[in-house]
Amino acid sequence: MTKVKSLADLRKMKEELQNKVNLREKGDNVEKLIQIKVGMGTSGIASGAKEIFNFFIEELEKRNIEAVVTQTGDMGYNFAEPTVEVTVPGKDPIVFGNVTIQKADKIIECYIKNGELVEGILPENYDKIDNK
Amino acid sequence: MAKYSMHILVCGGTGCRAAQSTKITENLKQELDANNLSETVQVIETGCFGFCEKGPIVKIMPDNTFYTQVKAEDAKEIVAEHIIKGRKVNRLLYIDPTKKEKVDDSKHMGFYRKQLRIALRNCGFIDPENIDEYIAREGYEALGRCLAEMTPQDVIKIIKDSGLRGRGGGGFPTGLKWEFASKYQADQKYVVCNADEGDPGAFMDRSILEGDPHSVIEAMAICGYSIGATKGLVYIRAEYPLAIKRLQVAIQQAREYGLLGKNILGSNFEFDIELRYGAGAFVCGEETALIHSMEGQRGEPTVKPPFPAESGYWGKPTNVNNVETFANIPVIILKGAQWFRSIGTEKSPGTKVFALAGKINNVGLIEVPMGITLREIIFEIGGGIKDDKKFKAVQTGGPSGGCLTEKHLDTPIEFDTLIAAGSMMGSGGMIVMDEDDCMVAVAKFYLEFTVEESCGKCAPCRIGNKRLHETLEKICKGNGTREDIELLQNMSRVIKDTALCGLGQTSPNPVLSTIDNFWDEYIEHVDHKKCRSGVCKDLMQYVINPDNCVGCTACARVCPVGAISGERKAVHKIDPALCIKCGACIEKCKFNAIFIQ
Repeated sequence: MTKVKSLADLRKMKEELQNKVNLREKGDNVEKLIQIKVGMGTSGIASGAKEIFNFFIEELEKRNIEAVVTQTGDMGYNFAEPTVEVTVPGKDPIVFGNVTIQKADKIIECYIKNGELVEGILPENYDKIDNK
Repeated sequence: MAKYSMHILVCGGTGCRAAQSTKITENLKQELDANNLSETVQVIETGCFGFCEKGPIVKIMPDNTFYTQVKAEDAKEIVAEHIIKGRKVNRLLYIDPTKKEKVDDSKHMGFYRKQLRIALRNCGFIDPENIDEYIAREGYEALGRCLAEMTPQDVIKIIKDSGLRGRGGGGFPTGLKWEFASKYQADQKYVVCNADEGDPGAFMDRSILEGDPHSVIEAMAICGYSIGATKGLVYIRAEYPLAIKRLQVAIQQAREYGLLGKNILGSNFEFDIELRYGAGAFVCGEETALIHSMEGQRGEPTVKPPFPAESGYWGKPTNVNNVETFANIPVIILKGAQWFRSIGTEKSPGTKVFALAGKINNVGLIEVPMGITLREIIFEIGGGIKDDKKFKAVQTGGPSGGCLTEKHLDTPIEFDTLIAAGSMMGSGGMIVMDEDDCMVAVAKFYLEFTVEESCGKCAPCRIGNKRLHETLEKICKGNGTREDIELLQNMSRVIKDTALCGLGQTSPNPVLSTIDNFWDEYIEHVDHKKCRSGVCKDLMQYVINPDNCVGCTACARVCPVGAISGERKAVHKIDPALCIKCGACIEKCKFNAIFIQ
C-alpha cells in the first residue's frame, strides 16, 4: 500500500473512496434526494427493467446527479412495463411507463434536470395508505 | 472496480456473532455468487448496530430495510425475494412492541428515532476492518487538519471549549486533562486508552472498538500531538478477542498508510500505538491501577497526587482517556466546539452511549443526547418493560452507581443530576428492574461483585465491603434487625470517606441508594421477615390453604425432607423449620392448595 503523504493526499483519497459508502449515506437521508424506483417484478424484469435499473445507476453518476435508485416489486401497471417511479423532493411521485433506454435518458434530461414532463406518465390509480 | 447497486450490512458485533452472523455473511455471499450477483451486491460485515435484543441484524441499503433475528438459512430467501425480486421478506421485519406493527424502515423504529450517534457514528455503517471505508467517512481528516493547520495549544483549546467530559465515569473535563499533561516536560510522554470495561452488563467500549477502531486510533494520535507524546497504549481486557483483533488490523492498516509511524501526513509528528492486555480486573479501570498493571506490577491503585499527567507510565507524564471519550474527539475537531456544545446540556455537552440491559424490551446499545430523561430512554427507545410488568428501578453506573426510581423518571440525565440523585453516570451501564426484583438482593449482588474485585490494598474497601456484604446477607436470610440497617448506613459513609481509590469510594452507593429509595423493602425484610418480590428464598414460606386441601397425601409423599404432615383426608401442614423450599409439593398438588407467602 502506498503511504498517504499529506492532508491533500488524504482528501483526494477520500473523494475517490467516497462512492464506496455513499450508497449507504444516501439511504440514511432518502427523503432529501431524488428517488427512482424501478418495478422489478417478474414481468418488469422480463420486459428489461434490469437494464433500465443499471442505466439509471450508471448515468446518474456520470451526469453528477445525486439520486437513490432502488428496485421495488411489481407496481401493478403490467400493461406498461418496465415502469419507473420518480420522486423529486417536494413533489408528488410520478410513474413513467414503457421505459426504454432512450426514454430513461429523456426522464433524466427533461424531468429530473428541468422539471419538464415526459410523455408516458401513468395516471395514479390508487391511494397510498400513508395518505389516509 | 465493481459497481454495486446494493449493500447488505450484516452485524459483526460480538452479540450477533454469537448468534452465527458470520454464517449469514457466508451464506449471503454464496447465494449472491450462485445468482451471479456478487458484482452488483456487496456484503459488508459491520460493527454493532446496537439493537442486540433482536440480533442478528441484517440491513439492506439504500432502501433501509431492517431485518431482525435473521438465521443463516434465511440468506437464500433474502437474496431470492428482496435482492432479485425486490420484495421485502415480511417475516423478518421488526415488529414494534407497542404498536404491534411491522416496521420496514429503521428510521421509523422507536429504538433509533430518539438517538443521536456521534461516538457510534460509524458502528453498523462501515466495515471496521477496512481503513478505506473509514477514510471515505472523513476519517483521519481531523488528524490531518490538526497537524497541518493547528498548534497543539489550538487543539487543546477546542477540546476545552467543547466541554467534553470523560465518558469513563468520573466526568472530568477532557481538555483540562490534556492541558495538564501538555505542561509537564519530559523526554517521553504517553497517551493511554482505557479499554478496561468492567461494569457488569456494559459493552459500550467494546462495541466502539469492534465497530470503529480507527476513530480511537485517530483520536489518540490527535491527543499525542497536543500533549507532545509519541507513544500510545491501549489497555484492553483479554476477554475482548474480537475487539483486540479489529484493533490490531486497524493499527496495521494505519501504519501501512503512514497514518501511524514517522512523519505522519508529511509533518514532523511521530506516533505509534501498542496494545497491553488486562486480565479483567475491575480495579484496573482506575487509572493508577491501570498504569501499574501495564508496567507488569500488581493492579493496585496509588494515592493521587501525583496524577498520571505528572508521573504516570514508567514515571512519565501520561494522559489516560476512555474509549468513548476518544471516539468523540475527531468529530469535535471537524465540526467545532460550538457545534458540540449545541448538543446535550450546558454542563454536560454531547451525547452518551448506554448499554441497556435487564427487564426491558429493546436490550442493546444506544447513544442519546445528554439531558434526555430516563422515561424517554426506558419507554421510548427501550420499548418499555418486558411482559408489561411494572417499572421499579434502573441501576446506572454499575457497581459504583445507585438505583433511580419512578420519581427520577423525568430527571434529565447528565453527570451532575445523576450524582445529585444518589447515583452516577459511570461508564454507561443501565440495568432496568421490574417489580420482580428485590432491592436488598440487588444491593447484595453489587457488593458481592465489589468484594470479589477489591484489590485489598486499603482496609476500608477490603474489610468494610466484606462487612457490608455480610450484613446484607443476614438481612436476606431473615436474621436482620433495624440496627443492621443503621450499621449499613454508617459503615457505608465511613468507606466512602476513607477508601483509597474510586472503587472503594463508590462501592457503598448501591447500598445507600437502595436504602434511601426503598426503605419500605428493607423494613419489610427486617421487621416482617418478608420479601415482596419473592427473591429472598429464606424469607419465603410454603403454606397449605386449608380450604383447598383435600388430604390426598400426594405432597407429603413427594417432600424429600418429610416436612409435610397430616392424616389421610385431613388438611395437611408444612413445618417451616424443616422445609427446604424446593417446590416439589407445589408441582405435585392438583388442587392448588399450596402457595408461597
